[in-house]
Amino acid sequence: MSDHSQGEIEPFSDPGLPAHVHRRADHDPVAEKRAERQVATLFVISALSTIAFIVSFVGIRSDQYIFLPLFGTTNAQQLALGIFFALALSAIGFGAVHWAKTLMPDTEQVDLRHTMRSAEVDRRELAATFDDGARDSGIGRRSLIKRTLGAALALITISPLILLRDLGPLPRKQLEHTNWQKGSRLITDPGGIALKAADLQVGGVAHVLPELPNGRHQTLDDLTRDAVLVIRLRPEDLHLNAERTNWTHDGIIAFSKLCTHMGCAVGLYEQRTHHLLCPCHQSTFDVTTGASVIFGPAARPLPQLAITVDSEGYLVAQHGFTEAVGPSFWERSV
Amino acid sequence: MKRLSKYRRHPLAAALVIGLGLLLVGSIYAFATPAAPAEASNARNQAVQEGRQMFLKGCSSCHGLNAEGTKIAPSLIGVGAASVDFQVGTGRMPMADASVQAMAKTPQYSPTETMALAEYIASLAPGPAIPSQESLNYSRDGNLAQGGALFRTNCAMCHNFAGQGGALSQGKYAASLMGVPPQKIYEAMITGPQSMPVFGDRSLTPLQKLSIIKWLKNAENEKAQGGIALGKVGPVTEGLLVWTLGLGLLIGAAVWLGAKSK
Repeated sequence: MSDHSQGEIEPFSDPGLPAHVHRRADHDPVAEKRAERQVATLFVISALSTIAFIVSFVGIRSDQYIFLPLFGTTNAQQLALGIFFALALSAIGFGAVHWAKTLMPDTEQVDLRHTMRSAEVDRRELAATFDDGARDSGIGRRSLIKRTLGAALALITISPLILLRDLGPLPRKQLEHTNWQKGSRLITDPGGIALKAADLQVGGVAHVLPELPNGRHQTLDDLTRDAVLVIRLRPEDLHLNAERTNWTHDGIIAFSKLCTHMGCAVGLYEQRTHHLLCPCHQSTFDVTTGASVIFGPAARPLPQLAITVDSEGYLVAQHGFTEAVGPSFWERSV
Repeated sequence: MKRLSKYRRHPLAAALVIGLGLLLVGSIYAFATPAAPAEASNARNQAVQEGRQMFLKGCSSCHGLNAEGTKIAPSLIGVGAASVDFQVGTGRMPMADASVQAMAKTPQYSPTETMALAEYIASLAPGPAIPSQESLNYSRDGNLAQGGALFRTNCAMCHNFAGQGGALSQGKYAASLMGVPPQKIYEAMITGPQSMPVFGDRSLTPLQKLSIIKWLKNAENEKAQGGIALGKVGPVTEGLLVWTLGLGLLIGAAVWLGAKSK
């Protein structure tokens, strides 16, 4: 402490702002002329680019393709339009900025802040105008108008609230039912060929839909619920409980294709690891254990479709899905 | 003619005509099919033998002396000639190292050698045969629109919506389908190499397979409408380019705007 008080350090003097250095164009007429020419050149480039833009629109055939290294084969007209329009726009911008930076005055100016409050006279005037308006409209006197206007304004706020109703209604039971039912044949999608057990080799897959009664065809709405992936493994590769084993036929096992996470189509089947992958968020299901989740955000196994063969040898569903397919929703029972 | 026709009622005429006819038919028959089946089967046997020798030298250390498979490699009994033609013909087999996936590279065996290996493997047990070139006339037999629909349902989740290939789990990947010969695409569908599942003749009929090949060949030659295709993998590369090059340019412009002119 005593050392410091003896040492008497000199306080720093305020260095102030650095001296203003003028640009070369400010005092050198040659530099000034050059800057002017540069700005003008940029504007000329812009003008020429616009002309080139028009010329390429009119002059280049729309089915003309050219090969460029790195780019590959690309449409010549689209490329020319893009390049010339970008040049025309950016050259104006660069020219304007270059003009401001090199030639416009560079003196430093100070702009003082002032209070936000308006002058007292202006404020009184505004209040008086408002009062006049209110008196002239007679809103205080004409209570019928006042009340009806109030009611109309109150009601109009309800409209956006009414639109919120479109967030519902809740799905209730409708997501728990698909077109799969007892005896539905498995038909390929697309193609519509009914599959027999012998049509699938070990390691084979098929993307299938239920055959609809009366020759009805699937609508897009049906597709969002009915899509099923059927896979054949060696029967000894499956590790399922007795009930689930009953749901397979000679190593053929079927699952809903809708991911239990967000409903993407789970289609990536790795034949050797028997893993099913969802391409959206990498949820991974192990087919050998009934599509149990082994990785990723999915919370439940894929619903398994119970299948068997009918008297003619076609693969059919034993019954519909026993749980709702697809992602979770509020009223999902399981 | 007159001299010949006066003998036509001769008792030996009928016998002579029949005899000449038989002789003619017999000699044509003998000439036209000169021991062809025997020779072909000889050639095939020879190919099987050659294939077996090559298999013992090049493949048996992993696949076993009788192609029965070992701990590190699957059995090849019943995989068929198509599987050999695909795996060896694209250079995937023999593998360069024991990595998670056999990669396509320059084939190690000549086409003749590959055929011999295929004959050997096909002789072990029946399996998918190599599709003939005339059965692969996809431009005549395929349906482009149907091929697109089939590709999107059956192939796109692994091979990308434009056939560019994509990642699977743990370092495995689905290969790009651009520039792959139609025969190899067809063989991959019927044999299910590596992670790929098998698409049998009912789950995808031969005509549907040709439609898929037609669509792929069409996609291969599709020209970019709007500049760089960026690998046709969608928003990933496009976003990367915008966030790096695009933002970089904007930052450069901002620095230039703020810099004092000399």
